[in-house]
Amino acid sequence: MEAITLNALTKVYGKEKTVAVNEVSFAVEKGELFGLIGPDGAGKTSIFRMLTTVLLPDGGSATVNGFDVEKDYKQIRSSVGYMPGKFSLYPDLSIEENLNFFATVFNTTVAENYDLIRDIYVQIEPFKKRRAGKLSGGMKQKLALCCALIHKPTVLFLDEPTTGVDPVSRKEFWEMLKRLKAQNITIVVSTPYMDEAALCDRIALMQDGKILSIDAPENISKAYPDSLFAVRADHMYALLNNLARYEKTLNSYAFGEYAHVALQSGIDEAVESAALKSWLESAGLKDVEVQPATPDIEDCFIRLATVHQAAVIK
Amino acid sequence: MTQLITFIKKEFHHVLRDRKTLLILFGMPVVQILIFGFALTNEVKNSKIVVVDHAHDEVSTEIISKIEASRYFEIESFVDGPLGIEGAFQEGHAKAAIVFPANFARDLQHQNSAQVQIIADATDPNNATALTNYLSSIIQDYQSAMNKSAVFPYRIIPETKMLYNPQLKGAPNFVPGVMAMVLMLVCVMMTAISIVKEKETGTMEVLLVSPFRPALVILSKAIPYLLLSLVNVGSILLLSVFVLDLPVNGSLLLLLAESTLFIITCLTLGIFISIKTDSQQTAMLISLMGMLLPTVLFSGFMFPIENMPIPLQVISNIVPAKWYYLIVKDIMIKGLGFEAIWKETLILVGITLFLFFISLKSFKIRLA
Repeated sequence: MEAITLNALTKVYGKEKTVAVNEVSFAVEKGELFGLIGPDGAGKTSIFRMLTTVLLPDGGSATVNGFDVEKDYKQIRSSVGYMPGKFSLYPDLSIEENLNFFATVFNTTVAENYDLIRDIYVQIEPFKKRRAGKLSGGMKQKLALCCALIHKPTVLFLDEPTTGVDPVSRKEFWEMLKRLKAQNITIVVSTPYMDEAALCDRIALMQDGKILSIDAPENISKAYPDSLFAVRADHMYALLNNLARYEKTLNSYAFGEYAHVALQSGIDEAVESAALKSWLESAGLKDVEVQPATPDIEDCFIRLATVHQAAVIK
Repeated sequence: MTQLITFIKKEFHHVLRDRKTLLILFGMPVVQILIFGFALTNEVKNSKIVVVDHAHDEVSTEIISKIEASRYFEIESFVDGPLGIEGAFQEGHAKAAIVFPANFARDLQHQNSAQVQIIADATDPNNATALTNYLSSIIQDYQSAMNKSAVFPYRIIPETKMLYNPQLKGAPNFVPGVMAMVLMLVCVMMTAISIVKEKETGTMEVLLVSPFRPALVILSKAIPYLLLSLVNVGSILLLSVFVLDLPVNGSLLLLLAESTLFIITCLTLGIFISIKTDSQQTAMLISLMGMLLPTVLFSGFMFPIENMPIPLQVISNIVPAKWYYLIVKDIMIKGLGFEAIWKETLILVGITLFLFFISLKSFKIRLA
């Protein structure tokens, strides 16, 4: 059964009629860990707010647990957990007080659902008397997750839970999500980090309020149609400039210490990389190294975003 | 029920952990009472006057010594003529002058009438009127004492009596005023800020996605401030009784009950403001400008409403502080019972119910 469905969901803001969410449709299965991946301003938060019933859609419809987000907002509000992108707990209350407060708001107690949050809570328990405003970024997010989970929600909405959190805490956070998924909780999570996308069951790549692609992360990577090469040379800046000028280049961009370049596919990789290497050397670059690369989610996203951009300009 | 209690406990934590706000909350009423009680008084006390005595006879000397003996005046200096008076006024040494012409006693004895001139610095008209009134009444007293033996055929002696406040103390007037003002400020501003704060910090978004009810939030925000404001009422009353010697003439219980009603009115007003605004600054500005100013202007505590143009008099009717001010004056100073204030009470109840229902109606169950 589908836990969440969106049907041409649309949100328009302000007098300028800025379209934040543009006829988005998808469905999330029960027990799925679903990721909304996209840069800032892609419309992720607006989708979250409409699904958690705090914003009314301007078009289309959506359901959570079979309840309509407009008409049945009361049922949805008592059955889902929501962690907004901005830290939204009481900074002048301690960890313990925040948790107890949210438990009571949902008509439950911390003891009743302690099993669900134990793994996360034990990590912040030593500081339970500390005020939430004085916690580190990672601890704040763990507390917020505990508060969102304390009433045993069937669907959990996490809006950029790892933004501003250190890499170690980020990793821990995703491990926690996997454990929650094992408890059959449907999780919708958004993130601007492409590396986190691979940890989801399925992802939707978003840009400008539109969905570029929805699939399992590995399928999205597999569906990458072009030949991708990782290139390195003595001067990164000159290299990028030259790659952009290369006639077969579809797209090129810096990717860590390498530059990634997408070339039209269908040609033999070895021949292609040798041709590129000699062309770059003739352009005056030294220590040129060209090797075929496996596209990851970020490459896929950049390709889809470029195609989308080109379509918009047309 | 446990939800409500937890909510209220949480609100108390917010208030009690914010030391600075707490200081303002409880310090403001005390400071205001003390300032109004001792510094900002418009009573005439030890006003300095100059004397021009061209007569130097027994009558003028006696009047001068009476003036000096009264606690209202203090003789700054004796000068020779108009120049001396003007000099004293301009340098601010004196606020009033009294001039006895030559042959003052002789005129009085032979012609049965004599003139004495009172000159006042009327840059502050109220003060000048008060000073001339006091001076005239001292002279009047002297005259009637002198005439006791003599018999005049016809005389009308107006006998004035200042009811409820015979000494014309300032305190009876301002204590109810300060009470109205402090409660208005504390209740309206604090509650207005407390809900807007939840919007600003984003906790409102989390609360919205929960099974809570809007009425619950409104109640839980109002109850802590109701209790804190009652503490303020207590401290104001204690100060006014023990420091300013202003007793509560009527029923204390009735006064507390009416204060509770007024606090509730202010709380609903604060909640209404917070529902309609989106930032703490706006909420604070509206409660300061929109509430404090009308309270000061239209409660009748500083400016008598009867003297205002009709449109302003009409406007003053929607200011809750006006009704509360009338109630407190009636109970505290006149010592009247509920039968005297039921109308004002009813109006306050009406305003409160009206505000409560529009607050509940306009409470946003969504973000936009």
